Amino acid sequence: TVMAAAGSCSWFPPLALGVSLLKCLFINAYHSTDFEVHRNWLAITHSLPVSRWYHENSSVWTLDYPPLFAWFQWSLSHVAQHFDSNMLRVENLDYVSPGAVLFQRLSVVFTDGVFIYGATECCRCVQEPKEQRDVLSRPSFVLAVLLLWNFGLLVVDHLHFQYNGFLFGFLLLSLAKHLQHRHLQGALLFSILLNLKHIYLYMAPAYGVYLLRSYCFTQDHRDGSVRWSSFSPLRLLALGAIVTSVCALSFGPFVAMGQLLSLSTLGVHLKLLEEAELPRASMTGGLVQEFHHSVLPSVTPSVTLVCTLLSILPALLSLWGGPRGPRAFLRVLLICSLGSFLFGWHVHEKAVLLAILPLSILAVQNREDAGTFLVLTTTGHYSLFPLLFTPAEFPIKVLLMLMFTIYSFTALRKLHSGPGRLLRPLEYAYLLGLNAVAITCEVALPLSPWQQTLPFLPLLVTSVYCSVGVCHSFLRLYVSLLRPEEKPKQL
Amino acid sequence: MQTWSLVSICVLLALVVRWGVSLNSYSGAGKPPMFGDYEAQRHWQEVTYNLPLQEWYFNTTENDLMYWGLDYPPLTAYHSLICAYVAKSINPEWVELHKSRGYESPKHKLFMRATVLVADLILFIPAVVLYCLYLTDGSSRKKVSTLFCFLLYPGLILIDYGHFQYNGVSLGLALWGVLALGLGWDALGSLAFCLALNYKQMELYHALPFFCYLLGKSVQLGLMGRGLFLLVRIASTVLGTFALCWLPFLSDPDHAMQVVRRIFPVARGLFEDKVANTWCSLNVLVKVRYILSSDSQIYLSLACTLLAVLPSCVRLLTKPTFWQFKLALANSSLAFFLFSYQVHEKSILLVALPVCLLLNDLPLVAIWFLHASTFRGLTACAGWFEAMWFTVALSKHDTEDMKHDASVSEGRSAGALRCDLAGLPVLQHLFTVSTGALFRGYLETGSLPQAAFLPPQTGPGLDREMEVLHQRRGHGGSELCDCRSGSSITSA
Repeated sequence: TVMAAAGSCSWFPPLALGVSLLKCLFINAYHSTDFEVHRNWLAITHSLPVSRWYHENSSVWTLDYPPLFAWFQWSLSHVAQHFDSNMLRVENLDYVSPGAVLFQRLSVVFTDGVFIYGATECCRCVQEPKEQRDVLSRPSFVLAVLLLWNFGLLVVDHLHFQYNGFLFGFLLLSLAKHLQHRHLQGALLFSILLNLKHIYLYMAPAYGVYLLRSYCFTQDHRDGSVRWSSFSPLRLLALGAIVTSVCALSFGPFVAMGQLLSLSTLGVHLKLLEEAELPRASMTGGLVQEFHHSVLPSVTPSVTLVCTLLSILPALLSLWGGPRGPRAFLRVLLICSLGSFLFGWHVHEKAVLLAILPLSILAVQNREDAGTFLVLTTTGHYSLFPLLFTPAEFPIKVLLMLMFTIYSFTALRKLHSGPGRLLRPLEYAYLLGLNAVAITCEVALPLSPWQQTLPFLPLLVTSVYCSVGVCHSFLRLYVSLLRPEEKPKQL
Repeated sequence: MQTWSLVSICVLLALVVRWGVSLNSYSGAGKPPMFGDYEAQRHWQEVTYNLPLQEWYFNTTENDLMYWGLDYPPLTAYHSLICAYVAKSINPEWVELHKSRGYESPKHKLFMRATVLVADLILFIPAVVLYCLYLTDGSSRKKVSTLFCFLLYPGLILIDYGHFQYNGVSLGLALWGVLALGLGWDALGSLAFCLALNYKQMELYHALPFFCYLLGKSVQLGLMGRGLFLLVRIASTVLGTFALCWLPFLSDPDHAMQVVRRIFPVARGLFEDKVANTWCSLNVLVKVRYILSSDSQIYLSLACTLLAVLPSCVRLLTKPTFWQFKLALANSSLAFFLFSYQVHEKSILLVALPVCLLLNDLPLVAIWFLHASTFRGLTACAGWFEAMWFTVALSKHDTEDMKHDASVSEGRSAGALRCDLAGLPVLQHLFTVSTGALFRGYLETGSLPQAAFLPPQTGPGLDREMEVLHQRRGHGGSELCDCRSGSSITSA
């Protein structure tokens, strides 16, 4: 069950405000091509009629997010015209001006308000321990810092440039509602999220199985198996209505205009950018749009789909097997995210955040999950380093990473103070080895003569090393899911 | 959480904020022919690397003093020389004689910003950490809060990492001096402070309290015994440090005099541009600059400064405790700022440092002042308030009682600095830093989109100032006057 955080939360606003002010300092930092992507979408949605949104292709960055995100950009564009109306012209490709940069950066900071609200709700769902601790040792405080000051989100959203904070806000809100047993609200928020960015489809199996099992079947047998007679068609109808209405609202106008086929590009579109190496199970050596491995067997999309489904099937089955409560659902959700990250097709390294952020909620409550969190977070965050390759941003990423790592280790260790350590010696050694990898890939290799002949070597080393950590976390999550719970209260 | 982890997180955050500010533009970016303080520092690297020492402070064919001539004491020159060696090894074009004038590139900016960060990391930040951990009292949580506030003081960050200067070096050295004196290592403290003086002559603002404290301590120990020994040790340390720093220049007395003339250019007038001290504020009502002659202005400012400084220094002489010393530092630097001759607004940093030392003991007053000091217009009000406060504070009875009273009343009334989290003041700092870094330009031009990319100026009258200084010729020196940082056009 869930208890609201006791006492006043006077520490939350300073944390939220502080990180927002820090984000403002990065307004003039390096931004990636994603900046141009979003500027182009602002221009498309502002200047063109709705019927042309998904057909406009004068820029390579065509609209490839679902319609609700397009409407989000449309609403932003109305504010944008006061900053610099030139950026809303579709023909102004690669347009960068002080006003445009200021507007786009500030829009990310402001839309992070959704994320802050989501973090608030999640902190409310955290159980407080019986004894009164000081502020810095409370689980809700630690969770707030781990969410609000998350290194990956700061670096991807406010340096690289994206709107992940806004999207993750919806995810956190949805999870919080489920933890509070408000399933319909949670389902609504998740449907909205799916229509904002379709990458969250990876989590849909977990949602589907959990809602079907725990919400549509209202009662269970004593041993935990499903009681088929307790199926509630009303609840199923309610869920179905919510999902279909949201999808209708988002896709409806386009279906009416007969553009359903063009929307199929959403799933298949391959971006023409240099895809960085990812710590994934199917390692490759190189990149650009399509390629064939010269050494390893070629991988096709269908193969990756089968691998992904196979990897998450045991978790889904265990969720179906018995009434495990919202926390088990969260664990299965994480397994789905990580499974698709490891085996999916065209996955970007930023997708590791899909697993890191929800894992924070579990990490502050469960010792085993705290250990998994430390391994996954440190590895996953380090794998984001190649995203920021400019020398000027090098100190920022190193300092922020150190800050977050020191905090997460010391806070979680204090929170789960007890006999034994959070991680095994081998895991500590692996994480310490990340330092060596960092020095090699960030400093030694770029300055060495191999930089010209083997430019992808640092990326390869980073990815291979991090893939070990991510796979290990995946297995740890599975173990903690499938192991029978000792204390039922943990759920 | 353990203290070491909290301290390291504070330091890391302070470094992130500093580097974040340095991503923005610097003084004089893209503004030929003179550019700004950034170009001045680069030019000094060029001069010190390529020319022999004898020519550094002289106007020669190779060294044009009208274009950012050196006007800081020798230690700045040596520091520039070290940076120049590093610059040369990375890219010789950065310090090529004459050809590198106005050199601007992203890599060069990265290098210059890195030199500021390295200097801070070596000198300023360790001093702050050690001071907050060992010379403040309270719980470890309170010490970390003080450290947090101290490290995030916006004024220093904006000037060093935004505008571009090396105040962290001189303030860091002065802070090491204070630290050593607080720990009882008087000779080392004097050594550190002399090094600070030889880096930037503006540290003279802090000189009187150091002198009075050490003299008072020697007198207290007995001038016939240990006191005399202490006095001799300190005197020899001071003389030795000065001799070491000025050694290459002492071979020729003319040479040394030229350096002094460059460091202390008088005859620039009571004040230049708008600075929030007494004379500038008074000028609104009574045109002091035009009523009095130049000499009378000097004597007037001397008299007022001495009058403001005397009470705290005399008190310090008679009662040389560390608490009195900190108060006297704040009082003295503030008095100099308010009444001195030719004060630059950046000198408020010299006042901010002692006030930061008082964060733990007088949180409300300190925080209030630190915020006001970052914004130009309010500084005069803050200054007057502070001057009155410190005079009143010093005239009260016993130091221990007063300290206890002050901290208790602060804790009850303001609560500006909570023991568990220094939330509000730190937030205010962060707000000031981020808005300051972005919108200094806005305050100049009034145009919002351009604001984020304009280089922070020293003041609206920078160009006008150059013209005015062009017309003057300055000679002689006075320890009361403060020099413009990096913008010296007067020739010998």
